[in-house]
Amino acid sequence: MSIQEELIQAAKKALADVECVVGWGEGPEAVRHTPLKVRDEAGAEGLRAGFLSVNNPAAYLRMNNGKKIGVALKGCDSRSLGQLVAEGLVKREEVLVIGFGCDGVIDVEKVAALLRGKCELAAVRSCKEEGGDIVLETPAGDLRFAKKDVTADKCSRCMYPNTLDADVFIGEKREPVVAEDDYADLARFEQMSLEERMDFWEKEMSRCIRCHACRSACPLCVCRNQCVSNCRDPHWLTQADGVRDKMFFQIIHATHLAGRCTGCGECERACPMGIPVLLLKRSLSRQVEQLFAYKAGVDVEGVPPLLTFTLEEPKIKERDW
Amino acid sequence: MSDKTLSQKFVSYDALPGWLAELAKNATVYAPQREGTSVVYRPFKAGAQLELNERPTESAKHVIFPRGESLFSYHKGGDPEDPDNREVSVKEAQDPGPAVVFGAPSCDARGFFAFDPVYNGSGTKGAAKDVYYLKRRAQTAFIVRACKYPLVTCFCNWVGGGPTSAEGADAHATDIEGGLVLRALTEKGKALLEAGKLPDPTAEQQKAAQKANEQSEKSMGQAPDLKGAPAAILSLFENAEFWMTQTVGGCLSCRACTFLCPTCYCFNITDEGNGISGARLRNWDSCMSAHFTREASGHNPRNTRADRMRNRVGHKFSYYPSLHGGRFSCCGCGRCIKSCPSSVDIRKIVLNAIKEAGNV
Repeated sequence: MSIQEELIQAAKKALADVECVVGWGEGPEAVRHTPLKVRDEAGAEGLRAGFLSVNNPAAYLRMNNGKKIGVALKGCDSRSLGQLVAEGLVKREEVLVIGFGCDGVIDVEKVAALLRGKCELAAVRSCKEEGGDIVLETPAGDLRFAKKDVTADKCSRCMYPNTLDADVFIGEKREPVVAEDDYADLARFEQMSLEERMDFWEKEMSRCIRCHACRSACPLCVCRNQCVSNCRDPHWLTQADGVRDKMFFQIIHATHLAGRCTGCGECERACPMGIPVLLLKRSLSRQVEQLFAYKAGVDVEGVPPLLTFTLEEPKIKERDW
Repeated sequence: MSDKTLSQKFVSYDALPGWLAELAKNATVYAPQREGTSVVYRPFKAGAQLELNERPTESAKHVIFPRGESLFSYHKGGDPEDPDNREVSVKEAQDPGPAVVFGAPSCDARGFFAFDPVYNGSGTKGAAKDVYYLKRRAQTAFIVRACKYPLVTCFCNWVGGGPTSAEGADAHATDIEGGLVLRALTEKGKALLEAGKLPDPTAEQQKAAQKANEQSEKSMGQAPDLKGAPAAILSLFENAEFWMTQTVGGCLSCRACTFLCPTCYCFNITDEGNGISGARLRNWDSCMSAHFTREASGHNPRNTRADRMRNRVGHKFSYYPSLHGGRFSCCGCGRCIKSCPSSVDIRKIVLNAIKEAGNV
């Protein structure tokens, strides 16, 4: 049985215990699945799982209104749940986790780039997986791309391909792609001077439309309707449509996620304008890893370093200063 | 096509930047340009690379209805030590000046038809005219470019449009081998075409353009009948279960759909100041945000995502058409589907509503 078939069976079984199961289903576009919430066996038949299952269903975990729900999570998605549980924001016993080993997911923007000049991404009528390739039916004919050329960057630094802390694990376990995240993307970015980086962000932020999908898609953005971006008291941000306020918001967002962000990349994926906002969060994640030896979301017993106080941090030798 | 063509020209792809540069001498010319993974309307400058292979990610709404604009600003001068001797200067909103939007798909031009009756005072016998909107509207010309093929998210033909529609266009462009056949449809459009010392299209080029347009129209699928949508959606107003099933596990309550939408026209006004200087700003607002309806008491009549989804769909396909002669406040561009982080499909919700109402 494929992962998808096994997921359907697991979801059907889970529905005896839980109100609904959140996973992935077919969406309006052929190259990506859409989040799907199913409530009965017939609905469960619509579940999909695989290369096109990009969304992180953990974003829906805090919308369960106190009822136990089932959720299918990839390895990276399960870190969001781990962090939410570690912070006491989700009760682990209210979630039934269906897990599996993930081989990586698509980055539709990479597909769009390969299609450029031939047709637009949203013109793709169907997407089939054939071995290591995807075959797209497009107005410019059938086009074949190697999966490895259109796999999301985060998958190339994947340390957790298997869902952590799963209640039901389907299929075979996968080997981690890397043993440690080397943050090579950040190192490349940091080759730019500070002035160049500022210019880069000003240019990128200039096309921000302030929809704040980056925030809404983030499973760890927990302020919900109390977000500082709309708040008049305290009035830290103005409503002016300027680069300064847009950047200020992103910096607040990233800072608020320091030691909490699991690098799932939903902020960047959700951005309709393609602004690489994950970079900011990765910069702070690296900092927290180096300073506090903490990786967000991998240990539900772990204590998020910025949510606690320790007299002496193991990696900060302030008494020797 | 019924629109009256005043004149025709042909502009080769090579000559296109030169023509736009000519237009840019007298107006801000907004033209689609690639930035990263998205395509945005940016003021055309010499050397700019146009992106003509991909439809713009954002709509052209901001050209006439800016994301944020200062209605007026103030500054307190004089002697800060002497409260009786402060001079307050107030600056009015700047005249935006003439603008041309080049290369907009037909849906972007048609989107403003949803704005017009709301902002031109026609609903209030002229009492409430939005001068800021009307000034920009009057000063903006549209050069609409026909779409060659539809995206799976496109549905302009469901809501009265079409991929080659020239409605709302001052000039219309169709891609043929080597360039664009341009048709002027208004006096404004005619002047734009005259500006470039462009050749007239040959009879062959005109024929090729006509054929391309016919082919494009044919490539749209069959449109379902949405006549029943306004009544159906209204009849489901209190059916909380229906709106919940259409929303949960999908909508994340961001505002991408409404901010990319060519027809969403809601705004908020805030005063932003530091005590010495400040401004009254008007910004886009979104009914998909919880703050949109939060009252001073803290009560929020649209507290859930389902409540807000009902409003977005209801406004576009029921309340608006019932107030404005049956016209939907949707131009079928499909950006709300294509750019939604969770691919919420408004077409499906409208069709489900029609079906659900029929079953009740």
